[in-house]
Amino acid sequence: MVELHLALLLAGPAHGYEVKKAHDAWFPDARPLAFGQVYATLGRMVRDGLVEVVETRSDGGPERTVYAVTATGRERLDRWLEEPAAPAGTGPEDVVRKAVVALRAPVGARTAQDVLARQRTHHLRRMRELSEPGGDDVALRLARRHALLHLDADLRWLDEAAAALAPGGSTAAGTAGGPTPATPTTPEAPR
Amino acid sequence: MSQPADRQPGATPPGAAPPTGDGPLVALDAVAHAYARTPALRGVSLAVAPGEVVALTGPSGGGKSTLLHVAAGLLAPQAGRVRLLGQDLAGLGEAPRAALRRRGVGIVLQYGQLVPDLPLVDDVALPLLLEGSALEPARTAAREALALVGLEGLGDAVPAGLSGGQAQRAAVARALVAQPRLVLADEPVASLDPEGGRQVLDLLVTVARRGGGLLLVTHDNAVAARADREVRLAGGVVAHEAVLR
Repeated sequence: MVELHLALLLAGPAHGYEVKKAHDAWFPDARPLAFGQVYATLGRMVRDGLVEVVETRSDGGPERTVYAVTATGRERLDRWLEEPAAPAGTGPEDVVRKAVVALRAPVGARTAQDVLARQRTHHLRRMRELSEPGGDDVALRLARRHALLHLDADLRWLDEAAAALAPGGSTAAGTAGGPTPATPTTPEAPR
Repeated sequence: MSQPADRQPGATPPGAAPPTGDGPLVALDAVAHAYARTPALRGVSLAVAPGEVVALTGPSGGGKSTLLHVAAGLLAPQAGRVRLLGQDLAGLGEAPRAALRRRGVGIVLQYGQLVPDLPLVDDVALPLLLEGSALEPARTAAREALALVGLEGLGDAVPAGLSGGQAQRAAVARALVAQPRLVLADEPVASLDPEGGRQVLDLLVTVARRGGGLLLVTHDNAVAARADREVRLAGGVVAHEAVLR
C-alpha cells in the first residue's frame, strides 16, 4: 500500500529491498512484502510524484534505485493518518463465509459443526504462535495484541455458532443441511 | 508439625517419586458421573502425558470442573476408571488418595482455597507440613514459591487482607510448593489482570514443560491457546479434541 511505502521511506532515502526489510520488521506477523510488488508500487509512486529517484547505487552487486519521499508524498501520508480507518469485520469474512456455505450448501459428509471445530483449532494454533514471548518494542507488541484480540473475537463467534448448532441449541431447523447430529470426538493430527 | 504425618497403607513410601514412568500422569477412561439425575460426564476419556499442557474448554455446565475433580480423586465417578500417577483410584481409600495427591499433585481450585486467619507462608507450606517436613524448611520453600508468583514479602498476610488476584496467586504457590508432577487447575488466572495472568500462566506452563503435566480448565481462549492440546467438553462428552502444537 502506497502510504505504508511512504512511511517506510520517511526515515531517509532507501532502495526497494530496504523498504521491504523495514516493512517486514515493522509487521513481523504479517505476510512479507513481495519484491516485485514493492518495485511496482514504487514505480507508480514515482509516476504520481509521491517519491523521487535520488540516485542509483551499485554496491558491487546489481544496480539499485534509491527513492526519497517528496513534499507531495508527505502530504499524502499526513492526510492518510488524519483519516480514521474503516472498522474491520463489517463485511463477511472467510470464517463467516465458510460457516454459511457449510450450512446452506453442505458438500459430502462435512457438517457445519465440523467446519467450525476445525476453524477453532486453526485460530487457536495461530493464537498460540502469537502468544510466544516477543520483544519489548511497543509498536510490535501493539500490532500483535490487535491480532490476538481479533482472533479472540472470531473464536467467541465460532463458539456461539457451535453452541447454536449443537443439539438442543438455539437454531431453528430448516437450514439446508437440517439439524446436524452430535459429532463424536474428532481428533486432528498434529501439523 | 515436624513429626512425619501418618503413612497410609497402600500409598507410596515417603520420599519415593510416584511411579508413572513414561505413562500418562493422569488417565481417565470412560468416566461418567451425574449429580442427582443430571448427568455431568457421560463417558469421557482423557490422558495427560509428562511434559504436556492440556486445556479443558467448553461451555459452562459442560462438565469441565467435574472432570477436574474426578481427575484429582476429589470426586469418585459413578462409572469409568481413573489412574492418577500410575495408581488406580478405585483401589484406594480416602486417606491413601489424599496422600497420593499431597505427594504428586498440585491443585488450584476455583473458589475458597486459603485457610482463613492462617498467614500465607504457613498456608502455602501446608502441603509440605502435611508430608512431615520440619517447619522452617517448609516456610523457606513457601517463601520461594510466593516469590515465584509475585507475592514476595506477603508471607505474613492473612487471606482477608488480600485481593482476589493475590489469593489466586497464593493458591498457585501452594499448588507448586511440593514440586508436584501434575498440576490440576480450574481457571487459575481468571481473577488476574491480563499481564498478571500471563505471568502466572508462564510459570505453570514452565513447570509442565520440565516434565510435569498441566491440566487446565479455562473459558479464556488466550489461556487455552497456550496448551499443547485442547479437549472441548460439551454436554458431558468430548465434543472436539485437537493438537495445537
